[in-house]
Order: sequence, then structure tokens, then C-alpha cells
Amino acid sequence: MAFFLETLLGGLMAGMLYSLVALGFVLIFKASGVFNFAQGAMVLFGALAMARFSEWIPVWTGIDSLWLANLLAFAVAAVVMFVVAWAVEYLVLRHLVNQEGATLLMATLGIAYFLEGLGQTLFGSNIYKIDIGMPKDPVFILDNLFPGGVLINKEDLYAALIAAAMVALLTVFFQKTSTGRALRAVADDHQAAQSIGIPLNRIWVIVWCVAGVVALVAGMIWGSKLGVQFSLATVALRALPVVILGGLTSVPGAIIGGLIIGVGEKLSEVYLGSYVGGGIEIWFAYVLALGFLLIRPQGLFGEKIIDRV
Amino acid sequence: MFYRENGQFKTSYRADQQILPIRQDQVFMAILLVFAFAVVPMLATDYFFRAILIPFLIMSLAALGVNILVGYCGQISLGSGAFMAVGAYGAYNFFVRIPGLPLIPALILGGLCATAFGILFGLPSLRVKGLYLAVATLAAQFFSDWMFLRIKWLTNDSPSGSVSVSELQVLGLPIDSAVSKYWLCLSVLAVIALLAKNLVRSAVGREWMAIRDMDVAAAVIGIRPMYAKLSAFAVSSFIVGVAGGLWAFIYLGAWEPAAFSVDISFRLLFMVIIGGLGSILGGFLGAAFITLLPIALSQALPAIAGLAGFEISTVVVSHSELMIFGALIVWFLIVEPHGLARLWSVTKQKLRLWPFPH
Amino acid sequence: MSKKIGDFILGVQNISLRFGGVKALTDISFDVREHEVRAIIGPNGAGKSSMLNCINGVYTPQEGSITFRGQSFDHMNSRQVAEMGIARTFQNLALFKGMSVIDNIMTGRNLKIKSSIFLQALRMGPAQREEEEHRAQVEHIIDFLEIQAYRKTPVGQLPYGLQKRVDLGRALAMEPQVLLLDEPMAGMNMEEKQDMCRFILDVNDEFGTTIVLIEHDMGVVMDISDRVVVLDYGKKIGDGTPEEVRNNEEVISAYLGTSH
Repeated sequence: MAFFLETLLGGLMAGMLYSLVALGFVLIFKASGVFNFAQGAMVLFGALAMARFSEWIPVWTGIDSLWLANLLAFAVAAVVMFVVAWAVEYLVLRHLVNQEGATLLMATLGIAYFLEGLGQTLFGSNIYKIDIGMPKDPVFILDNLFPGGVLINKEDLYAALIAAAMVALLTVFFQKTSTGRALRAVADDHQAAQSIGIPLNRIWVIVWCVAGVVALVAGMIWGSKLGVQFSLATVALRALPVVILGGLTSVPGAIIGGLIIGVGEKLSEVYLGSYVGGGIEIWFAYVLALGFLLIRPQGLFGEKIIDRV
Repeated sequence: MFYRENGQFKTSYRADQQILPIRQDQVFMAILLVFAFAVVPMLATDYFFRAILIPFLIMSLAALGVNILVGYCGQISLGSGAFMAVGAYGAYNFFVRIPGLPLIPALILGGLCATAFGILFGLPSLRVKGLYLAVATLAAQFFSDWMFLRIKWLTNDSPSGSVSVSELQVLGLPIDSAVSKYWLCLSVLAVIALLAKNLVRSAVGREWMAIRDMDVAAAVIGIRPMYAKLSAFAVSSFIVGVAGGLWAFIYLGAWEPAAFSVDISFRLLFMVIIGGLGSILGGFLGAAFITLLPIALSQALPAIAGLAGFEISTVVVSHSELMIFGALIVWFLIVEPHGLARLWSVTKQKLRLWPFPH
Repeated sequence: MSKKIGDFILGVQNISLRFGGVKALTDISFDVREHEVRAIIGPNGAGKSSMLNCINGVYTPQEGSITFRGQSFDHMNSRQVAEMGIARTFQNLALFKGMSVIDNIMTGRNLKIKSSIFLQALRMGPAQREEEEHRAQVEHIIDFLEIQAYRKTPVGQLPYGLQKRVDLGRALAMEPQVLLLDEPMAGMNMEEKQDMCRFILDVNDEFGTTIVLIEHDMGVVMDISDRVVVLDYGKKIGDGTPEEVRNNEEVISAYLGTSH
């Protein structure tokens, strides 16, 4: 039982990380109807920026404190992500405004490749560390209920807390600020929003900036956990099933979907994996998503997709 | 002046429906075929065959298959790598388990395995489209990755899924030299391209395009979306499966599941986009482009850098490749979403009028 | 020159259609006689296109049934409908923009092409013959609609009026017994409308095709139709000859727009 709980909790933590990446997808899709295949590349790009800047800033400025250096690195990396967001809108999105979804999807694929190449050119392609001071030792909880307690990784715990804080921030941003309101209007109906004077292009830059910061945070956490390396870009592919499950237009869906996938992957690997040769993590999420596509394509919380003749 | 239809009158529908109705095109195609079959083997070096021509031919075949599904029928597929893998491992299984099975039947049987796999993972297309379908095809990709790594029976119990083949022959002639491999790939490509061209200009092809353009209207005319979509998946996966078999047997010789990863799926999609969706010619152009680009870059970039006075490592070249790839995709989508094939047909239009401006 | 109007060929009984809370059609019943020109008119949003969509199997009504040649159906399956010989044009031109005019109209012949996919790949024997035969039929239709000059043009590049003709051509290619036309003259000028009217009447005359026509132009409706159904807010408010309907109080108020 304790083992089950451990697996469960481990799955929840992993799921939280997926949710972070999925959030980026949902944000951009909600506001512009574009599915951003480049989200994973943005995570990698952000992580690389953060990793290298946290190395370089102490060298350039002589700052000793790890905490301060990391903070500055984060700020600089965030600015970099803003530049990327602006460039994407100006160079790509603006010219593809009326194209259909498939074209935009493939354009984001192109952006993904470009960012992967650029990131490694600018920041290098070795494996880098991000050390944001998260304690890596395990902690045992509930040791009054179960002998020896249930093992949780402190790092995962902190990651989950950061992710939760991010979601709360975003929710407040969307619901309470005027920019957030404008974003919701654009997500609902581009043309109507435009007709009341909301500047579409600026909104899209803002959305991509926010998604960029989300990607940066996700990259920071993933990178701290796994090290920053090229394979981070493929994390986007792991997070795709999450948005299918949760619904492409739902922020809570991204969270819940991520948790379900995280738990599902861990549990299925542990309990089913041995029967079929192991390693089913690579496809479990996708087959689950496939099931949803057949039964309920809009996911748990998404809006129903209607075709008009 | 040279490229005119003047004087070429068609007196039957059959003549009007030919693949190459303009005589100049027919002559050009004849010359091209002679050049490809007879002249190239005399001129090309072994390196040229192995590094450029053979991968180009096989990838053209795969791109052709993908174009049928994505370009003609409008179903996004990110799982082409999986279909290639099934074709390759399928052919391998038949080849190894039936002693003395010749190469061509093995490839065809591998293609049929891919067809079955394709129809199965094409079923979601009956419910969803666009991005959602792309996710479903990714499921096929990852499932295939796992399948050939973990299910021992499929790889003849080899430890990491890596297998190899040797002593290939067609009708008694051994396929070991670069030229023989080239001819085999070229012949397979030519035959399948002809069959595919016939398909896309007949009723089935029109069904596919109807589903792509407006599936509700297609249903009202009496086209069954299920049949059209699944037939597109079937034909496409067959072709991609045969290409996978060729890639494994002829180009690689020895391979493991990672040879058919999601990277190949993206590559094929790029070939089809850059080459031109919904165009048989587009598959060839896109494959040529994407096959030649890395080679061109690895020669050109150091040369350019040398002129500017500094050295570039291969690592930088491969990063630049990614960047140029990505930038080109975006550029094509903005400037000419119909790809190189459209540029080619526009050029032909201008040629028809040359030397007059309009 | 009077034409022979036959018995009932198509009918809808008590059709009700809802989308969530929106009632598109409420308890609609009317019939269509063979060889006649039956118009469906009504203000925008009255549910006319939805009615046709029900007949074609695009929408499934929650209540009611559709009868064709004596056989009754709860809901229609698009393919079945096409096989039974009911063809249709669309208000918003559901043409296949990526294909040429010939190819678009050839898709209408799809039901009649029987050769298997293998024969088509080889383009031999029956497959080749079928392509040529059906091409000949399509050329007849192209001649009839006077669009010869555009036959190889991709449909997306044609002006609106010509696209409407291609839409009609595609429906005609099915050699239908009943032709459902959804605002075939929308957006056309006087000349184009006269051409279209001529085509419709010719089809009705020469082939005896039953025509069900949704149209806003009252002049056209009164001129060419034999009987008229009037819909408003999803309900039927008039049914009869053009004369009867023209003098119907409810119809007049629906069109002149008294407050509901």
C-alpha cells in the first residue's frame, strides 16, 4: 500500500511537470487558435538560456550569491523569451493570419526546428546544470500510518508548488486584469474582439510572451531535475496527450490532464509493464489520448467541436 | 516558343486524359527516363549512389506515399516513421522465416503489413481531424517504437531490436553493387509512381480530394468518408511500408527501431510540404531538397566561413541545418504554401508564353 | 404546353429538429409530387436549409420521418440518399476548391463508377472505359451549362456565378430524380438569374427531374414554381400554389415583419 502511494505521489509530481508544459499549449490555443508545436522547443530554449546565463552572470558581474545570480538569470532569460515571442508574431504569425489550422501547425513545427538550432548555436549543446537551490533529498511522510513512511522527492514537491503558484498567478491574471480580459475576448472571437478595438497583433505577442515565461519556468524545473539537454525539446511530445485529455481550451483541464497522465504512466509502468515487456511509458499517454479521441475528442473540459455546413 | 500546345489537338477524351498530354512533356519524360536508367550509372561514383541517389529515391517513394495521405486526402499524419518500420520489420520477418523468399515478394509482404497497421491506426480519422488526428498518428509512432524494441518475436528475438539482412537478390541477380541497388530502387519507384499517378487521377483520387476539400459535401454526393479515408491510409501505408523495406534492406543493411523514429516522420512531412501537397511531382522535389540540403550545407557553410576567415565545426553545421530547415518551412508556408511543385507549374505557365510576357 | 405532374414522390412528416435549445424546425409536414417544381420560401433563419439538410442526412431530426417513393425513414443516411437519386446544391457552395471544373463534376458520377481500386491503379480495361464514358457524360453537362471554356480551371478561381453553375453541374451529374436547390440564384445579377432559371426549367422539362427549390427572389418563385411551402421560425405557415400563398395573411405579415 505504501508502495502504491509512493507511485501515486510520484506520478502526481511528474504529472505536474507535464501540466506546466501543457499550460503553454492551452494559452496559445485559447488566444489564437494556433496549436504551438514549438512549445517544447521553447522549453528547451528557455532552459538553455537560464542555464547558461546563470553560469555567465557571476562571471560577468562577479555576483557571489547563488540566489541573486539565478534571479538575474531568470530575468534575462525571460527577456529573451519576450524577444522570441515578438519575433514569432512579427515574422511568422502576422503573415499567416487567415490560413487554416494545418498550415499554422506546420509553421510552428518549423519554428520548433529553428529554435532548437538557434538555442544550441547561441548557448551550446552540452548538458548543462540548473541549480536553483532546490533540495534534492527525499523526505518521508505519513510514517505514522505506514512503517518507514512514504517517500517523496523534495525536489518534486517544490516543483509541484511552483507549478501550482504559476497556475494561480495565471488564473488571477486572466480573471482580474484588463489584459487578461482582452485575452479571453480574443479567445472567444477574434473578429468581435478586433471590432471593439482590441489590437490583435499586440494581444498575440502578449500571449506568446506569457507562454514563453511558462515555458521558461517549465524548462527551469525540468532542467533542474534532469539537466538541460536537447531531449528536453521532445518533452512537448510527451505533453500533447495531456491537452487532448484535458481539452485544448481549458486551463484546469491542462492541470488535471497532466496529473492523470503522470499518475497513469507511473502506475501502468509499475503494475502492467512487467506483463508486456516493460517500457510502456512511451506510449501509454498516447494510447490513452487515442481512446479519448475516439470517445470524447474535446477532452474532459474542452468545448465541443462543431462543424458547420 | 518551344513549349507550346499549338497544333496538338486532342480528338478523344482518352487522349485528353493522358498523364502527359503535351508532346514536349512526353519527350522530356522519355529523355529523363533514359538518363536515369542508362546515363547516370555510367557517370556517377559509388559515393554519389550511396550517399545521395539511393536515399533520394527511397525517400521520394516514401514522400509519395505520405503525399497521398496528407496532400491528396488531407489527413495529417505524423506517424509515417512507424509505417516505414512496420514495412521494414515485416519484410524482415518474412525474409528470415521463409527461406529462399526473394526480395520483391518480401518487400510487398512488408508493405501489406504496413497497410494493415495503417488501416488500424487510421480508424481515428473517422472521428477526428487536423491536430487531433496528428496526435492519433503520433500514438502509432510511439507504439511502433515500443513494439519493435520490446516484443521479441517481431525482431526474431534479437536483443535490442537490431537486425540485419544480406545476400539480396532479384530474379537470381544479386543486389550488392551500388548500381544494382540504384536500379532496383529506381524501378520500384517508377512503377509505384505510375500506379499512384493513375490512382490520383481516377475516381478514387477524386474521392480523396473531395474528402480533403469538403467532406460534408462529399458525403452528400454519395462518397463514403470511411472508405475514402481508410483507402487513403491503406494505399499510403503500403507505399511508405515498401519504402521502409527498401530503406532498411537496401540503404541501411542493418537497422534498429531508432532508425524509424519520429524524426523521420517530421522529415517526410517537411518533404511533402516543401515539395507541394497534393502533387506527385512534389514528393520528388521535396525529397530532393531535403536529401541534398544537409550535404549542400556541410560543403557550403565551411566554404563560406573559410572565405570569411574562420572555421566551423560539424556541430555548428548540424545546428545550422536545423535552423535553416525551420526557417525554410516557415518561409515556404508564407510565400508558397503549395510548395516547389507550384513554383514549377508557374514556371511552365511562363514557359508556355515565352518569349511573350503575357 | 402543360407538363404531367405525377404522384407523391418525396414527403416529410412531422419533422422537428433542435440544436440544444434552439428549435430549428417544428412539426413540419409537406409533400412533393413527381416532376413538379416545389419552392420553399421564408425569411432568413426560417429553417429552410436545415430542412434540406435533414432530407440529405446531414442533420438527424429528433422527430418525424421522411418518405421517398413509399418508403419511410426516421433518419437518412447520406449515401443512401444519393443512391436513391436525390441530389443537392448548397447555399454556400460546397465545391471542391482544389479540383478543376471537370473533376468537380466527375465526382458527381462517383456512385456510377464501379471498377475496383486495383483496376484504377492500372488504368486498364473497364477502368479506362469507365473514365471515358463518364467524361463524355460530364461534357454533356458542361455543354448544357455553357461553361466549356472553364473546364480545366480550378474551381476556386472562378467567379461566383460560374461556381454556382458548377455546383448545379455536380448535382446533375448524379442523374437525380429529385434535385434540391439551396438558393441557386443568391448573389446573382439579372442576367445570371435568367440563365439559371433557364437551366432549372430545362432540367425539369427534358429530364422530368423533380425540383425542390429554396429561393428568396419572389419573382422567380412565383414564375417557375408549381407549388410553394412557406416556413417561418421553423414552422410551416403556408402551402399551396403561388397564387394561394401570395394572398395568405400569415405569409404577408411574416414578410412584412409585424412584431412576433
